[in-house]
Amino acid sequence: MATEIAQAIAAGILGGGVYALMAAGLTLIFGVLDIINVAQGILVVLGAYLSYALSVHLHLDLLLGLLITVPAMFVIGVLIYWLFIRPLRGAERTSMTLLACFAVALIIEGVLYRVFGSNYVSLSGWYTTSSVHMFGFYLPDIYLIGFGLAVVSIAALYLILYRTTFGRAVRATMQNQTAARLIGIDVNRVAGLTFGIATAVTAIGGMVFGAISGGFTPNSGYDLISRLLAIVILAGMGSIGGALVAAVFMTTAEALVDIWQPDWAVAVFYLAMVIILTVRPAGLFGRQAARAQ
Amino acid sequence: MTDGPLTEQAPPATTTTIRTGTGWLRQPPRQALAVVGVAALLLVVAVYPLVITNPTATNFGVITLIFVAVASAWNIFSGYSGYLSLGHAIFYGAGAYFLVVAAKDWKLTGSAVFWLVPLAGLVAAVIAIPLGLVALRVRRHTFVVITIAFFFIAQLSASNLGVTGGSSGLLVPSPGNWAPATYNNPFYYLAMLLATATVVLSWQIRRSRFGLQLRAIRDDEDRAAGLGVRAMPVKLTALVLSAFITGMAGALWVYFIGEAFPQFVFDPLFDLAVVLMAFFGGLGTLAGPVLGALILEPTQLYLNLQQSNGYESEILFGALFLLVILFLPRGALPTASEYLTKGRARFRRGRADAP
Repeated sequence: MATEIAQAIAAGILGGGVYALMAAGLTLIFGVLDIINVAQGILVVLGAYLSYALSVHLHLDLLLGLLITVPAMFVIGVLIYWLFIRPLRGAERTSMTLLACFAVALIIEGVLYRVFGSNYVSLSGWYTTSSVHMFGFYLPDIYLIGFGLAVVSIAALYLILYRTTFGRAVRATMQNQTAARLIGIDVNRVAGLTFGIATAVTAIGGMVFGAISGGFTPNSGYDLISRLLAIVILAGMGSIGGALVAAVFMTTAEALVDIWQPDWAVAVFYLAMVIILTVRPAGLFGRQAARAQ
Repeated sequence: MTDGPLTEQAPPATTTTIRTGTGWLRQPPRQALAVVGVAALLLVVAVYPLVITNPTATNFGVITLIFVAVASAWNIFSGYSGYLSLGHAIFYGAGAYFLVVAAKDWKLTGSAVFWLVPLAGLVAAVIAIPLGLVALRVRRHTFVVITIAFFFIAQLSASNLGVTGGSSGLLVPSPGNWAPATYNNPFYYLAMLLATATVVLSWQIRRSRFGLQLRAIRDDEDRAAGLGVRAMPVKLTALVLSAFITGMAGALWVYFIGEAFPQFVFDPLFDLAVVLMAFFGGLGTLAGPVLGALILEPTQLYLNLQQSNGYESEILFGALFLLVILFLPRGALPTASEYLTKGRARFRRGRADAP
């Protein structure tokens, strides 16, 4: 039992890193654009399918494939922003953008069904089947690789946000869009690039998700987005560090419950969220009050 | 948000009548036209299954009327209060499952099952109270996301609890030996009753102090609270009313469909379809959701009938949604009436300028 628990905690923490990466994209978009990108889940699945297509048709290694899928997802993100999000203005923008993202998610899901069908597929490489022996239990290599990729990507996001002029512009836009525009920041460009970057990380998240999930279909986007939303709400919208902590906490809790109650494990996600919200509506690390309108 | 579709609506017909006391003949033609239009629509809907007896056509009619009720009910809460709910499938599904399980346990068959419909509404309303108390503490995005999360909890519970039959689903007791030719008619007229009652309720709410409080919350909740609106009870009442109707609609629907599977009873596309109907017709207006349901639901049913694979209608549905949001962001009705007003003004100006 002790081994099982230790293994669940290890898998939870490592898997949490990947969820943290995907949630970071979601919370970044929220912070800069004030949009809940409900398409983030299906974009992760799209990233996974891109990796799948490259590895099956071009026999490209999954990690090498990222060199293609990450820029591709970046372009897709920028396109979604310019075509469907940027034109939306006015008082109802909040709900409009959310619905627009939902519609984009539906279209992507439909296209994925059309191209890849509804059968489960999974990603494989030499590191998806091998495992390392640690502390008396076996851990698949892909968990370690995925966690490493997530850590590197989140570190890169931090460097971009806190060590570059562009990052300064992003943070200024997060704090106050009008003021950012007044001091000469091209808010539209910042928003478009942010959407692109947040979508680009889904390529990495999608590759790891596709390899550790044991199979996915175009329908997997719903499950993903509901988990990601629970993570960012629990963390407090717009807080990247909070998303990290919340993601690791959630996946570890899920892995632990999974030992005894596999059917209800995923409910832990939502229950934790509901409990936190009744006590603290702004979320655990929310800076601005979620009540502010 | 102050220049919403509400301000352009003509005042209700009766106020004019009371104020002038000169009868309906003196009313502006636009209102008389509206009365005639509503009467004509009701007449057409009432005789539709008598004239067109094709079962597929009446089947479309039943589902469409159910969605008229659901879209109007959704609008009573989300349209008037501005709190966008993507979790109404919870109430729809709760009503549906209540009917199936209760009919089985109490061994009801035939038209006796219909008596469970209002009870199913009550069950959904009771469920709405704790959900509302938690979710209505937060606003905007967070509220939407919480309703989505509640929806996933409901779906998960339906697939895992014993009472719902899990993922293998439940069969609804068959209505018995009703004649195939008129099988759809009881469902049709009950759905029509539900839809009409919902629209009348929506209309009454719009005219009432309660409706005004809801719209004040939509425009600026803090200011509304400052003016003495007790926001939480008002929002919760609207949600519970909306859930009550949605639960009844779900119960009627599941008895009509005849089977209950978690993935169809708790369908994420359900909420999206309802929201699209309300947006398409005009969010927060009285006729908008009705028009949206009358146009979109038959279209969707027809598309589903034409294509066996779900993904093509999914792509079409998404594309239609995007087009509405990008080009008719305030809904078809308000945009059309705006064009009409502009055109009329231009016409008048043109006449005045003429020598």
